[in-house]
Amino acid sequence: MTTSRKRFTAPQRLLHWLMAICILSMLFIGVGMVSTVTSKYLTLVQIHKPLGIAILVLALIRLSLRFVFHAPVLPADMPRPMRLAAELSQYVLYALMIGMPLIGWGMLSAASYPVVLFGSVHLPSILPVSPSLHTLLWHAHYYLAFAFFATILMHVAAILFHKLIRNDGVFEAMAPVLTHDESEI
Amino acid sequence: MPQSPLSPGNLPLTRLSVIAAVVGVVVISFAYTAGWLTPKRLTPKKLVASLAPPGGPALGHRRNHAKGICFTGTFEANGNGSELSRAQVFVAGQYPVVGRFNLATPNPNAADAMVRVRGIGIRITPPNGQEWRSAMIDAPIFPVSTVQDFYDLQMASSSKEPDAMKNFIAAHPEFTTFLGWAKSAPWTGSYAEERYNSLNSFVFIDNSGAKHTVRWSLVPAAQPVSILPDELAKRGPDFLDQEITQRVASSPQRWSVVVTLSNPGDPTADPNKAWPVDRRTVDVGTLTVQQIEPEADGPCRDINYDPTVLPAGITTSDDPFPSARSAAYSRSYNSRTAEEKYYPRNATGGKQ
Repeated sequence: MTTSRKRFTAPQRLLHWLMAICILSMLFIGVGMVSTVTSKYLTLVQIHKPLGIAILVLALIRLSLRFVFHAPVLPADMPRPMRLAAELSQYVLYALMIGMPLIGWGMLSAASYPVVLFGSVHLPSILPVSPSLHTLLWHAHYYLAFAFFATILMHVAAILFHKLIRNDGVFEAMAPVLTHDESEI
Repeated sequence: MPQSPLSPGNLPLTRLSVIAAVVGVVVISFAYTAGWLTPKRLTPKKLVASLAPPGGPALGHRRNHAKGICFTGTFEANGNGSELSRAQVFVAGQYPVVGRFNLATPNPNAADAMVRVRGIGIRITPPNGQEWRSAMIDAPIFPVSTVQDFYDLQMASSSKEPDAMKNFIAAHPEFTTFLGWAKSAPWTGSYAEERYNSLNSFVFIDNSGAKHTVRWSLVPAAQPVSILPDELAKRGPDFLDQEITQRVASSPQRWSVVVTLSNPGDPTADPNKAWPVDRRTVDVGTLTVQQIEPEADGPCRDINYDPTVLPAGITTSDDPFPSARSAAYSRSYNSRTAEEKYYPRNATGGKQ
């Protein structure tokens, strides 16, 4: 699942950065909306649902691109634990990007809420109405959100480590644009 | 150009601190957004907790309006509402309803005669799936004007300070309007004889895109019979449930769904303020209650009557309450469904 290219393809990079904005916003919207009773609550909930579905769609496209274009190889000199962490984190992030929206969708279904995206566009229910199912999914959605946030923090810390400490080209593989002197890497 | 592998001896500390700073800023922003750095923020958690009786909430039950009984029936739209809103629910036709009569108390075992405010929750489902949910009460106005005031009222009424309520009323004279209703309005012996009011305003959007800020009411077909509270107290603790069950079994009960349009300048953001009585009203159809079912295994049990579940063609207005109610109802729903084992389901109403 690797390619000899040093960088991810342009569509992959575009999706990465678009999704980075979406997902980080999503996590902030999530913790923000459940902490307020002002009119911001409704506004945030109304963004949370369609944005979650958008992330699901983008993640599936991104996964397909990954199967087509693969990922650049990690630097050969990366220590084994670091390499393991890098590879594992990618599985975790993909699982959460696809899992979280599905859990949210299922959670709303199990609570008999309509899943309204915008205006008159709504999604079908994907699960039967069930308090126990709702509880399971709601807990999963809640705790996995914090796990997602923690994983992203580690992801950010790690990539900054690659850039600032190791300067090994891993950051450049996903960088949106390259500066002149980086283009030789 | 790649550097040699990391050697722990010469880590550039400034660069590591840049990494720590970036992560730190994100974490602090997240904590602020979540309200962890602002303990005074009125959260759904605090709002819902403020409703609980001194001994704590009744586990497995709604955190307010905890006592109730389910019904099924129909909403028959007469088509008049289509002038005001493009929602399918107003197109002439008959749409199924799952509802719940209830009492405004956090105690699911309260005696019916002891609860002043009665309510109704309805969910109307037209064929396009664009649901209209509404939770209304029989009071003509809401006790207070803002969500913070509502929270402060709960805190005052549960406070051990002897002057707490007196001080609250002094600071919130608008509450006396509600008290006046609570003290003087006649009581009835039936859910079927109550008029239920949305109190909150909402916005209807018609086919031309024009907006109309409205409130709505369910006006009973049954003639209200006034009964003294002392008389009601002599009836059994569940007389309302028994009465509505027998009444609906002998004949369906009906309400007109009446929409009231605001004039410019009316207090649309304040459910404590009634609108002048001469405002235009439109009768948009009839709610018919056809069958009563106990809540324990009834169709309303797992429904959250969130007043912001609205079809395209109806939206929230500048009234701050529906948002707060949605946030609080959601929290209540999450809590009670997680406490399923404490809820007294009967044999047929167990696991779904």
